[in-house]
Amino acid sequence: MEKTVRILNDEGFHARPAGVFVKKASEFTSTIEVKAGEVTKNGKSIMALMSLGLAKDAEITIKAQGPDEAAAVDACVDLVNKKFQA
Amino acid sequence: MQLSGKSASSGIVVGRALVLKIDPIVIDPAPTTNVDAEIKRFRAALAKSKADLGHVRDAAMAAMGADKAAIFESHMMLVEDPELTGEVEALIRGKNQNAAQALSEVAAKFVAVFEAMDNEYMRERAADVRDVTLRMQRNLAGIEVPDLSTVKDPFVLVAHDLSPSETAVMDPKKVLGILTNVGGKTGHTAIVARTLEIPAVLGLKRATEVLKSGDWVAFDGDTGEVVASPDETTRAQFLRDRERQQKDNVELRALVGQPNASADGVVVGLMGNIGSPQDLGVLKKYDAAGVGLFRTEFLFMDRPTMPSEDEQYEAYKTVLESLAGKPATIRTIDIGGDKPVPFMKIGKEENPFLGYRAVRYCLDHPELFGVQLRALLRASVHGHLKIMFPMISSLEELQRCKAQLEAARAELKAKGVAVAEKIPVGVMIEIPSAAVISDILAQNCDFLSIGTNDLIQYTVAVDRLNERVQDLYDPFHPGVLRLIRTVIENGHKYGVKVSMCGEMGGSPLHLPLLFGLGLDEFSMAPTSILRLRRQLKGWKLPEAKALVEEVFSKSRSQDIEAALERARTARA
Repeated sequence: MEKTVRILNDEGFHARPAGVFVKKASEFTSTIEVKAGEVTKNGKSIMALMSLGLAKDAEITIKAQGPDEAAAVDACVDLVNKKFQA
Repeated sequence: MQLSGKSASSGIVVGRALVLKIDPIVIDPAPTTNVDAEIKRFRAALAKSKADLGHVRDAAMAAMGADKAAIFESHMMLVEDPELTGEVEALIRGKNQNAAQALSEVAAKFVAVFEAMDNEYMRERAADVRDVTLRMQRNLAGIEVPDLSTVKDPFVLVAHDLSPSETAVMDPKKVLGILTNVGGKTGHTAIVARTLEIPAVLGLKRATEVLKSGDWVAFDGDTGEVVASPDETTRAQFLRDRERQQKDNVELRALVGQPNASADGVVVGLMGNIGSPQDLGVLKKYDAAGVGLFRTEFLFMDRPTMPSEDEQYEAYKTVLESLAGKPATIRTIDIGGDKPVPFMKIGKEENPFLGYRAVRYCLDHPELFGVQLRALLRASVHGHLKIMFPMISSLEELQRCKAQLEAARAELKAKGVAVAEKIPVGVMIEIPSAAVISDILAQNCDFLSIGTNDLIQYTVAVDRLNERVQDLYDPFHPGVLRLIRTVIENGHKYGVKVSMCGEMGGSPLHLPLLFGLGLDEFSMAPTSILRLRRQLKGWKLPEAKALVEEVFSKSRSQDIEAALERARTARA
């Protein structure tokens, strides 16, 4: 299960948005990955997400694998679309 | 023994030192013989680090609010980051490394990743990774970080440096003062010390070598003078000075709630300058009659992107609401040139003070200026807002600024957003041409505010940051004083109030002169307000006017300064 989404908030994947994303992702048992360009990183790691250095308007693909993958992808996409206002 | 450092937070202290010396981490590269035990040890250190940070976060929340505490929330997430812990455990299992060795390797890798990023904000995150992994290393090595909250008697905290997680748990009732080897007036420790009103001298270089825990130490946070192991006479001297300072403070505190009035009952406004909503506490404490200058550029500095309209709106609203009807003059951003902001991409200029800054930039960038104007207009319904434009040199510029403000107002109105009907708009007078045409400007705005720092440097043609000509930067120059008199007279001629922000607005030497000239409002660092209120009580308007006569009869700035000095000492 995967979906592609564009980052809308001004500061991109900064500490706070990355933290909010990780918190949401960690609610699911599925593995969650974030792919930007050719690089794929662990969606449950604040360090990995920040190291992608993603700015506003970057496109990312959110992939989940596991029992709750559909819900996980939807929740994470929703969060990005809502500019990380959890 | 005498030491001298940078004065960072005011106050005189005599007390016993508590030297925060933490052993450096030494990592033994020896491989582990028991992988499972090593993993267990690592996880225990993780758990302890997370718990420690939980305490730090709670203490920061209580002392400084949710905003400051948020950073420790992300530190807690770093501690249990699956990438970090996963890689450390993989090194322990796969290469039989010991936990400390594995952690240091993984930490170095992540620090390097952040340091290599092309964005300053992300590069700074390397410091977070270091702060967090250092805590984990200490917990692995069983190095107890002294818990300052368990020390019974008050002490003077002496350290090489203090990290945010250390200052967050400081109890201001226990910490009499702070002395550090490194750091300066604008650093993190200095800001926290001033917020908590703990006297501090920083950048002492050898404080932790010279002082041992239990030693007497005496220092003056205003002069940066520190005496290690002072004898009884010196301690007594410091204690007497402290008493005098405290008595003075009590006397000043007693003036809270009293009017800013002269001996013959003429009332002026003594207002505060602020840079962010965080300064509101100090403003209230020193009983400001309002905000005479909110330097909004501080909301734009030290960040990778522009603050959004909502973020700015919240900041302006917070200030206006907290003032409960007292006026707040909010200045649109004065930025560019010497105060560069990365996302504004102005570039290096030969003469930044004469360059592309403030409204000159804003008028060319409606996408940035419009956001600020809309945020201001939206906030206007929450209090007594006055909007001020900086670096105006001509009527045309003022008209263009006002046109953009009206466009922003129309935009909001079309969307049905509430905006206050009447918002006073003012001009900052800091360019000599603006002072000279202040009669024209006064007929086209609601107030004038003299920004003396720039007005002086432009009038006498002295770059105030160039040390070689600093002696020529002269707040007593008769040319400067004549311009100021012109502005006040022109403002009053056309019925608009004239205020002053910048250093001169809080200068005790200038107070009677400006009062005599009829200045309506003085805006200054909030901590100066009560001192000027006390001074004002010693003057009657006719006396101040006589002083104006005397000053304007003199041709040389040194004679003017001497006359003002005599006037002040005669009433001290």
